[in-house]
Amino acid sequence: MTLAKTLVAAATLVAATTAAQAQDANPAVIFDRGGKFDKSFNQASYEGAERFKTETGIGYAEFEIQQDAQREQALRRFAERGHNPVVVAGFSNETAMQTVAQEFPETQFAIIDAVVDQPNVRSVIFNEHEGSYLVGVLAAMASKSGKVGFVGGMDIPLIQKFACGYVQGVKATDPDAEVFQNMTGNTPEAWNDQARGAEITRSQIDRGADVVYHAAGGTGIGVLQAAADAGVYGIGVDSNQNYLHPGHVLTSMLKRVDNAVYDALADSNNGEWTSGVYVMGLKEDGVGWALDENNAALITDEMKAAAETAREKIISGEIKVHDYTTDGSCPVS
Amino acid sequence: MDLPVVLQLLDSSVRLAAPLLLACLAGLYSERAGIFDIGLEGKMLAAAFVAAATSAYTGSAWFGLLGGMAASILLALVHGLASITLRGNQLISGVAINFLASGMTALIGQSLFGLGGQTPQLDGPQRFGALTLPLAETLHGVPVLGPIWSDLVSGHNLLVYVAFLAVPATWWVLYRTRFGLRLRAVGENPAAVDTAGVSVVRLRYGAVVIAGVLCGIAGAYLSTAMSAGFIRDMTAGKGFIALAALIFAKWRPWPALFACLLFGLLEAVGIRYQGIRIGDFAVPVQLMQALPYVLTVVILAGFVGRAIPPRAGGRPYVKER
Repeated sequence: MTLAKTLVAAATLVAATTAAQAQDANPAVIFDRGGKFDKSFNQASYEGAERFKTETGIGYAEFEIQQDAQREQALRRFAERGHNPVVVAGFSNETAMQTVAQEFPETQFAIIDAVVDQPNVRSVIFNEHEGSYLVGVLAAMASKSGKVGFVGGMDIPLIQKFACGYVQGVKATDPDAEVFQNMTGNTPEAWNDQARGAEITRSQIDRGADVVYHAAGGTGIGVLQAAADAGVYGIGVDSNQNYLHPGHVLTSMLKRVDNAVYDALADSNNGEWTSGVYVMGLKEDGVGWALDENNAALITDEMKAAAETAREKIISGEIKVHDYTTDGSCPVS
Repeated sequence: MDLPVVLQLLDSSVRLAAPLLLACLAGLYSERAGIFDIGLEGKMLAAAFVAAATSAYTGSAWFGLLGGMAASILLALVHGLASITLRGNQLISGVAINFLASGMTALIGQSLFGLGGQTPQLDGPQRFGALTLPLAETLHGVPVLGPIWSDLVSGHNLLVYVAFLAVPATWWVLYRTRFGLRLRAVGENPAAVDTAGVSVVRLRYGAVVIAGVLCGIAGAYLSTAMSAGFIRDMTAGKGFIALAALIFAKWRPWPALFACLLFGLLEAVGIRYQGIRIGDFAVPVQLMQALPYVLTVVILAGFVGRAIPPRAGGRPYVKER
């Protein structure tokens, strides 16, 4: 299976790169596992890239990573072919980026969700814990049972960061609330296992949860589906997922990966490229929560006000949301 | 652990076991007739895709089910052609089917829907919904038996019941009908069956097609009942777990039921018991997630004893001249 996949992937890579060579300005975007149509993280970066394409008419080469061995390969191939900038979304690419960025000091690289300390790399990270705190506040207010759930994808610190921010938001609103936390798995397959996501969600609903927040990429589609099937609320992540089950998705924790990708492509194109670490939090509108016509009826004025207050307090520093990744632990659970 | 918790666990195991059971019985028919079937996974995957796609176009889960079964039977016939008529290597043919299904579903899915190999989300009549069995509401108040009936037995979708009814049906077919007797014989000693004037080829094709039908239902269950739509490689190794269950059950229908339920239960436990604490010690999530696999190895290695496959399994039948 591996061999066949590699061959197919290699063929795709060649096809993708040849297509893009015809153009002068040639950015490249690499999507992580889960695929660019995961309706979540990767789709957000896809939308950012598409926005750039529509606005400038400049196409981009793309590659979807199917297995871990391809990470370095894909990066190096794009850099070798002269693509500039090369934008990669996904924390798993950190090591590959570290290696390849040194080999091609002239190429501008951007990585999202990880920090790579190289002079030619722009690292964009998000304060997911702040956005998760806000949806935690909303979840606690929407829950009637006082029990809410969290379903993570792969069990990594980044996802614990979502979970921890969420729990803090819930507990700040309702100190007696109970939060069930589950991770889908320990391997990258956990980003793309709808059936398991749905089953985990059902087990949380069985225990009384009536709002379930997911940070699980493609797996989350199963989470939201199971929540909608059971007549309770799901909370989407990364992209605005409110439209997936109108009336059953309470809100979505927005992580503006699309902006990060768009900015990287645009800055390079306009000659305004800067390297370094960018932290996108509530203040920078890098994270937030989604309110549109699909969930307007679910969010009461009171909830809206509470989320807005929390947002302002976090920005002003009055509320400090603990970041799991700083010390590998969460003060509440 | 109180009764509701136990029931929820069992309920979850039933849902997780249903596709395994269907695939396991599919393998049982095929292997009992002497045709090894590594391609269960591929057949399920193809069926899952076609079922979801047909359902998305026609708006009916029933057409989806038929479509899924057709796709699965088609692949089963390919396997039959390669391994019965052309007397090829059955393992290789099965592996080829798995590759074919994995690649083709993603490719066709992308060209039909442009969603990266997924189908659109299904809802309403495009899926098999939960059925409430008679008396589920009335009996709910009865202690013990009431919740068992209304929470555990009732409330699944149709295909779950099909899966569980397929077990006694398979038992009856295998051990109480002439076809079943011949089927078992053809997997042990095809020459004897041939001498008795019964066509080995026809029997084996029959078995392979039945396997196709069952895998088709299993695939349709995955994409139109358990979840709502197809995603790439969504079978996630279930075909191989079903094969393990088949060996565990020593190629018999009732033990197959228990083997599949056990695998389902282990997975349900792994999903449910994450982040539990024993005193001050937090049990790592990883341990709970690894538990099903660890137990599988222990059970297979320690408790099954010797599993003897059908004697003529894997060998193409060549008529003596």
